[in-house]
Amino acid sequence: MGITNIYNIIEPKDMNKNALLQILLSVQDADPRNYVSEENINQIAQMLNVSRSRVYTTASFYSEISLKPRGFHLIRVCSNAPCENDGKAEILKTIEKTLGITIGETTKDEFFTLESVNCLGACYMSPAIKIDDQVYGNLTPKETIGILKNIMEADKHE
Amino acid sequence: MNKLSKENYIFDIEPDKYIDLEGYRAMGGFSALKKALENEPSVSIEEIKKSGLRGRGGAAFPTGIKLEMVRKNEETKRYIVCNADEGEPGTFKDRFIMRHLPYQLIEGIAIAAYMVGASKGYIYVRHEYPEVQLKLRESLEALKNAGLLGNNIMGTGFSLDLHIFSGAGSYLCGEETALLSSIEGRKGRPRVKPPYPTQSGLWGKPTLINNVETLANIPRIIEKGADWYASLGTENSSGTKLISLSGDVNNRGIAEVPFGITFAEIIEQFGGGPLPRRSVKAVNIGGASGVLVPPEMLDTPLDYNKCAEVGITIGSGAIFVLDDTRSIIKNVQNRVKFFLHESCGKCTPCREGLRQIDGIVEDFLEEKAAKSDIESLERYAVTMQQASFCGLGQAAGNSLVSSLVHYRKEYEEACVNDTDDVEKKA
Ligand SMILES: Cc1cc2nc3c(=O)[nH]c(=O)nc-3n(C[C@H](O)[C@H](O)[C@H](O)COP(=O)(O)O)c2cc1C
Ligand code: SF4
Ligand code: FES
Repeated sequence: MGITNIYNIIEPKDMNKNALLQILLSVQDADPRNYVSEENINQIAQMLNVSRSRVYTTASFYSEISLKPRGFHLIRVCSNAPCENDGKAEILKTIEKTLGITIGETTKDEFFTLESVNCLGACYMSPAIKIDDQVYGNLTPKETIGILKNIMEADKHE
Repeated sequence: MNKLSKENYIFDIEPDKYIDLEGYRAMGGFSALKKALENEPSVSIEEIKKSGLRGRGGAAFPTGIKLEMVRKNEETKRYIVCNADEGEPGTFKDRFIMRHLPYQLIEGIAIAAYMVGASKGYIYVRHEYPEVQLKLRESLEALKNAGLLGNNIMGTGFSLDLHIFSGAGSYLCGEETALLSSIEGRKGRPRVKPPYPTQSGLWGKPTLINNVETLANIPRIIEKGADWYASLGTENSSGTKLISLSGDVNNRGIAEVPFGITFAEIIEQFGGGPLPRRSVKAVNIGGASGVLVPPEMLDTPLDYNKCAEVGITIGSGAIFVLDDTRSIIKNVQNRVKFFLHESCGKCTPCREGLRQIDGIVEDFLEEKAAKSDIESLERYAVTMQQASFCGLGQAAGNSLVSSLVHYRKEYEEACVNDTDDVEKKA
């Protein structure tokens, strides 16, 4: 993403170093590959007049920010005890088998990245996962496959 | 005493119902803000002090005293921050408030801001709750348009500029000083306390930082009075508490209960008890930072002092039930791995302690541990509790330590037969 694009998503008045984390998140959200590129890190540093390492340190501290390109869809599997006790391992295995990737990996067609996440605040419907901004709960392996298939279908028609 | 009549709910709401601004005003919403703005801030602060409200984010600090500390600071540039980072595994009550009753929270923030004299503030919401961020942003807009937020609120001359700030997936950022660093655009690492945020918070200015549930209680206290509020709970724990109930029970979800109710009653009345033909083995209270409590102790009332006496930390009010099919050690391992991932590595007891504990717990699960490993676990966990720099490391060993007290047999049985002989360790 180029420098003009950064100005498109962040108003100049919000371009100050206190807003660094919010800027990083906005840049990531605007990138179809869900990440902050090295080029963007350099640009943000320049625009805020801070060192590259300052931007980099902040970006790398937070687990929701990725410095590597990810898939168009992010699948997050909750790994905390309420979900683990209710069959998280099975759900994870189902996703791994369906997509042929494991935690931290992206499918070859760049459609999906699989990650683990901390409690989604959906423990009353464990096991829970989140795909992009949508939380799915009370999952069974069969439902999980259905959800993935639906997303793949929808993408085909785009 | 342990039943709450409907007119005494703080969060008068049915699950899954969203109350918009019009609906909230029809319930009497923003009359508390109006009332507060008609008086000197000290009047409302007195009311909150008298109500006995304590922080719902985990540490249970008296809210009135915190308000007063910020108010009395000589520096007049002050901030208000709402901690909506809700990261404690097993906790979903703040999400519930923000999705269903966002205006009550914002009214609480506005009243608190007026009490401490803050004209700028942030709601720090975790990135994992995008729909909550959206709802809050919409709510802030609607309030500005209605003259209930922004400049010159209700024509009183009081102004509050309130923003949503997104977290980015760090549990540690729920810790108040780490959260402030995060808003300042830095790594979310905790700072030394003192100075406390009330003295030197955001950009070095006095800052009031409170949990979502704490702030959302304030309008009801101002509206109905401190005496009413105090009458709902026990002597040292006023009001009601939102419980996030999960695990092996028939009904899971949010329950609003008065302090004084026992854990057993919560699990029966709201959770419908354990699943058929199963029994409760352990109850995890207070999330990953909390403890594991055996069934014999569930008659303890939900009360800050009574719980502290028997070593229970109420924390965020998460209650996660484990039945007789569950392994205690596996559940402890889940928490250890969680903290290992979330530790910032700044101090040795937390960083190294967790690494060691993780290895030993693994040995127990692989039946490679010796009896002496039980003592090692104890030693590491207690060192972490005592010597860690921040609350994360101090609490990370809680469930382990409580499991060694109440479920020691499970560890002993997992040891290789010929016990202390380390030589024989596989
Ligand atoms: C590791 C750690 C994580 C925390 N996470 C949260 C959190 O997600 N939400 C919260 O309100 N308080 C959290 N706290 C407690 C805050 O530091 C602080 O005590 C609280 O926001 C004060 O508000 P209160 O007085 O209304 O409870 C956390 C503390 C620690 C040590
Ligand atoms: S206790 Fe853990 S999280 Fe807290 S400062 Fe030390 S290493 Fe970091
Ligand atoms: S533990 Fe999985 S959503 Fe809370």
